[in-house]
Amino acid sequence: MTALARTASGMPAITYNFAYLDEQTKRMIRRAILKAIAIPGYQVPFASREMPMPYGWGTGGVQVTAAILGANDVLKVIDQGSDDTTNAVAIRSFFETTAGVATTTRTRDATIIQTRHRIPEAPLRAGQVIVYQVPIPEPLRFLEPRETETRRLHALSDYGLMQVKLYEDIARHGHIATTYAYPVKVAGRYVMDPSPIPKFDNPKMDDSPALQLFGAGREKRIYAIPPYTRVVSLDFEDHPFAVQAFAEPCALCGAKGVYLDEVILDDKGGRMFVCSDTDHCATRQAEGHTGSMSAPYGEGQP
Amino acid sequence: MAALAPALSAGFADPVHDAQRAFAALMRAMAEPARLVPLASALAPPAPLSPEMAAAALALLDYETPVYLDATLAAVPDVAAFLRFHTGAPLVTDPAAARFALMGDGAGLPDFARFAQGEPDYPDRSATLIVQVARMDEQSEGALVLEGPGIKGRRTFSAAPLPADFGRRLAANRALYPLGIDLILCAPGLVAGLPRTLAPHTQD
Repeated sequence: MTALARTASGMPAITYNFAYLDEQTKRMIRRAILKAIAIPGYQVPFASREMPMPYGWGTGGVQVTAAILGANDVLKVIDQGSDDTTNAVAIRSFFETTAGVATTTRTRDATIIQTRHRIPEAPLRAGQVIVYQVPIPEPLRFLEPRETETRRLHALSDYGLMQVKLYEDIARHGHIATTYAYPVKVAGRYVMDPSPIPKFDNPKMDDSPALQLFGAGREKRIYAIPPYTRVVSLDFEDHPFAVQAFAEPCALCGAKGVYLDEVILDDKGGRMFVCSDTDHCATRQAEGHTGSMSAPYGEGQP
Repeated sequence: MAALAPALSAGFADPVHDAQRAFAALMRAMAEPARLVPLASALAPPAPLSPEMAAAALALLDYETPVYLDATLAAVPDVAAFLRFHTGAPLVTDPAAARFALMGDGAGLPDFARFAQGEPDYPDRSATLIVQVARMDEQSEGALVLEGPGIKGRRTFSAAPLPADFGRRLAANRALYPLGIDLILCAPGLVAGLPRTLAPHTQD
């Protein structure tokens, strides 16, 4: 036995099991993950635990990450594409503290990427795992509040309600107005909520070389998309699915064809559009790409 | 003096990380079906339980998972003792009651219909069969050609010993989708996943 590590004040330091969760909990989550992979898009119930963070802050994603994480994994955590917002920083430091794993902000260096509401711009590669934090896993929930009924609808593959909802969008707005959490059909069978990612990211889920896992902590569900699986965004023949397009490129790195965040600059209508994926933007800027609002060369450099 | 009871084989030397490594191989195997995924196991379980199957069992089983042993494994009391001690899993004799089934004899696989197939509302409530085979490879005479989620295009897969009608059984299992059982095959140093989504492609 080694002596207990002690803090500066002489109290025994708090130590956690690797990645916080106890081993029985990990086994339970791991079994749910294997079934989720075997039934792509189907929501597997699991005994979600209380985590040291509030519901809505990624407790489902954190539990999935904790169950799959190994000592040699390199973890990246993003929140709306950003590596440096509160949620991302908190979860990254949570796993640095409880598992001692290496972390990164570089998409290509990560083996596990936990994400809230975005898929990175850089293409994922085989062997990577992306873990989505999911608030409401049931795509039919706002159309049918009863769990017994939504289960039956999934069992019967009866997704007429969802088509009606999309049709009502068209009747009201002239186009499908759903822009995030846009429902998808996985492997031709289950309709699935892709978590509140912008529909811009939906095509990245299709035929992805990476394994995609989804964890909903409060709602106690885990689901998955294996690599190279067909993921189709629901649409109509005369109103085909289309992603958002942006009029101008990123103001900092000049990237086109990426998802942009609008940043309000003043109270006179000033605004800029910048990459939502901070790693992608920083990588491009380091490569020398500039946008319309980049700092002049040398300014702000150490 | 009475003879000493035979010593129980040890479990994982490093329970946390050995279990994680075994699970990582199993997850990769299920996500990329029919692919041969390396699984190094330092366990020395009582024969005929193989080190790879023992690693899978220790990584996945606990008091929540009723386990069925086939005749080959059930014939050796040490196997049951090993599993009971290290996992605490209840051993059941009714295949339909099992969440996991450990199959020591690949050639003698019972009819998949004897195991839990899941329910329409809860297709995850189906059995996972972990099967020992002597060898697995991706190119061989009479290999199965498989397609499904997790496979880019098609993948050939062959393992032995398995029942002669194994391909037909997989097809019948696929026809039940989203119900059906999932298979994990273990060979020396390797695991492969055959989830219910797999469809054998008939040669044309």
